[in-house]
Amino acid sequence: MADFFMGHYAYWFTIILLCIGLYGILFKKNLIKKTIGLAILQISVVLFFVSVASKSGDVTVPVRDQANFPVEIAANYLNPLPHTLMLTAIVVGVATLGVAFTLLIAIYNRYNTLDEQELIEQFDD
Amino acid sequence: MIESHLPATIALIFVLFSVLIPAFGIWRSELSQPLAVLGSGLAAAFSIIGFIQYLSDGALRYYFGGWEPPVGIEFVYDGLSGFFIMVINTVAFFVFIHSHHTAKQEFPGKEMPYYALGILMLLGFNGMVLTGDLFNLYVFLEIASLSGYALIAIGDRQAPYAAFRYLIIGTAGGTLYLLGVGYLYTVTGTLNIIDMSAMLPMLYESNAVFAALILMIVGIGVKAALFPMHGWLPDSYTYTSSSSAALIAPIGTKVAAYILFRIMLWLFGIELTDAMAPVTLFVGILAAIGILYGSVMAIAQNELKRMLAYSSVSQIGYIIMGLSLANPWGFAGALLHVLNHAVMKAALFMISGQLRLREGHSDISRFDDSYRKKYPWTMAAFTVAAISMIGLPPLAGFFSKWYLVLGTIDNSNWIFLAVILISSLLNAVYFFRILEKVYMMNPAKGQKSVSDGDRNEAPASMMIPTLILSGSLIVIGFANAVIVGILLGIAPF
Repeated sequence: MADFFMGHYAYWFTIILLCIGLYGILFKKNLIKKTIGLAILQISVVLFFVSVASKSGDVTVPVRDQANFPVEIAANYLNPLPHTLMLTAIVVGVATLGVAFTLLIAIYNRYNTLDEQELIEQFDD
Repeated sequence: MIESHLPATIALIFVLFSVLIPAFGIWRSELSQPLAVLGSGLAAAFSIIGFIQYLSDGALRYYFGGWEPPVGIEFVYDGLSGFFIMVINTVAFFVFIHSHHTAKQEFPGKEMPYYALGILMLLGFNGMVLTGDLFNLYVFLEIASLSGYALIAIGDRQAPYAAFRYLIIGTAGGTLYLLGVGYLYTVTGTLNIIDMSAMLPMLYESNAVFAALILMIVGIGVKAALFPMHGWLPDSYTYTSSSSAALIAPIGTKVAAYILFRIMLWLFGIELTDAMAPVTLFVGILAAIGILYGSVMAIAQNELKRMLAYSSVSQIGYIIMGLSLANPWGFAGALLHVLNHAVMKAALFMISGQLRLREGHSDISRFDDSYRKKYPWTMAAFTVAAISMIGLPPLAGFFSKWYLVLGTIDNSNWIFLAVILISSLLNAVYFFRILEKVYMMNPAKGQKSVSDGDRNEAPASMMIPTLILSGSLIVIGFANAVIVGILLGIAPF
């Protein structure tokens, strides 16, 4: 049992981050905190991809080792694809945060608050 | 060897025009609308040509740079994707023609960003539908979503808050989808949909595959406004400007429904989807609850746009219910409903835009029979679209419900059958309420009565697209046998 937890500690870590992010999105009343929760959620998935493809020890990516091409012993190499995918995902995350903050500025300029409760009270008027 | 560049051309048209519109729009703001119409028109023409080619030559796989999958990435132009982009681009073309006056009135001076974002959003939608790669799908999903958030934020005072709520929940959905893709990638080592669908049956009853399926359905379900993840939709569609609503409402949720089709029927296949738990049945139950919930909530609304938004929640339920039936009739009914609902919703949101342009509101409680005299053609178009939504023959909406009903009978699923019938009655309640006011109710006392001479129809650039869309509902209704014949050929069963 302990092995199950310790052997997969990177995944447990990403799952905990994911839950923190979801908690922030669902339960925080301040819109900035919701945005922070969103960022944590996205980062947790990025870390998941990165940890899936990481290997410890003396390993490299296939293109860096042209002497031994074509690759024969797969254990000597790690898969670079998930890491490159995550570069794109990080860019998407940054763009999302940019749009989110733009919307927050627009909301703040109109209502002078970023608290969800106060906003809803103002909508009722 | 690449025989046809058509799939890439459609996407590139949108890339090109999303750059051209800001470039020319800064110089002459009034050029942006013709450019958007031109861009979406070209794309619509190419997608119709492409679909005709598909019918004669079969599916087309376009390898970018000549690299074959699974190493390279590809666009897949098969029946399902061809049908969806044809619907999306054609409806968007009419909406762009229509939005000239509403855009000018509701956000003067900001037309250029609206059209540029609209074209960018269409790029995302077309990419999502065409791509054959799960990660590219995520990237296109985010392109479409980010421009969608910006489009929704153009509007009333509350629009930015509605857009922000949509952003939070939509991005969370997208992230869950990405996590699902990660699970699938770790067990199969590929991201290509066709390649992966060949491998997944070997992983029968794998927990990772099942978790991936659930994560993807939840993530995309948010985008499709599948009950109970529809919370963002009513506010977004209500507070955004009429032109954004007319652009997003008919196609936004459909594309998410397309991804569900692609994942559940093509990538996993119906047997693998139901291997661990009756997922399709569960999705169908959610869709059924969504249908009833959306219809009941629509009855309670007093604002036309808000009512249409709730009705969207209910209509997307029909499409996903058809998917969950997993038989040819349900499939054909769902896809026919994609077409019908895109046309009906576009027409209805365009009509609400016309009313807002002329009256300054779209509040149902203030409708009376002066509207019929002032806007005879608008109200005729509204009546056609409304009757089609209710599902009376010979209009298009009747036939998609008819095929869905055939699908439920095929599965002996009497509860779903009852849901479809009850929901049709509820639809009748909320549309006849408006028709009754417009055609029967005399104006309140004190108001000056309107004579037939006071016609105040919306300008022709708005009236013509609305009339074409409403008219096409009758045409689709009569041509339903032909369309369903084609759709049955697409079905993977």
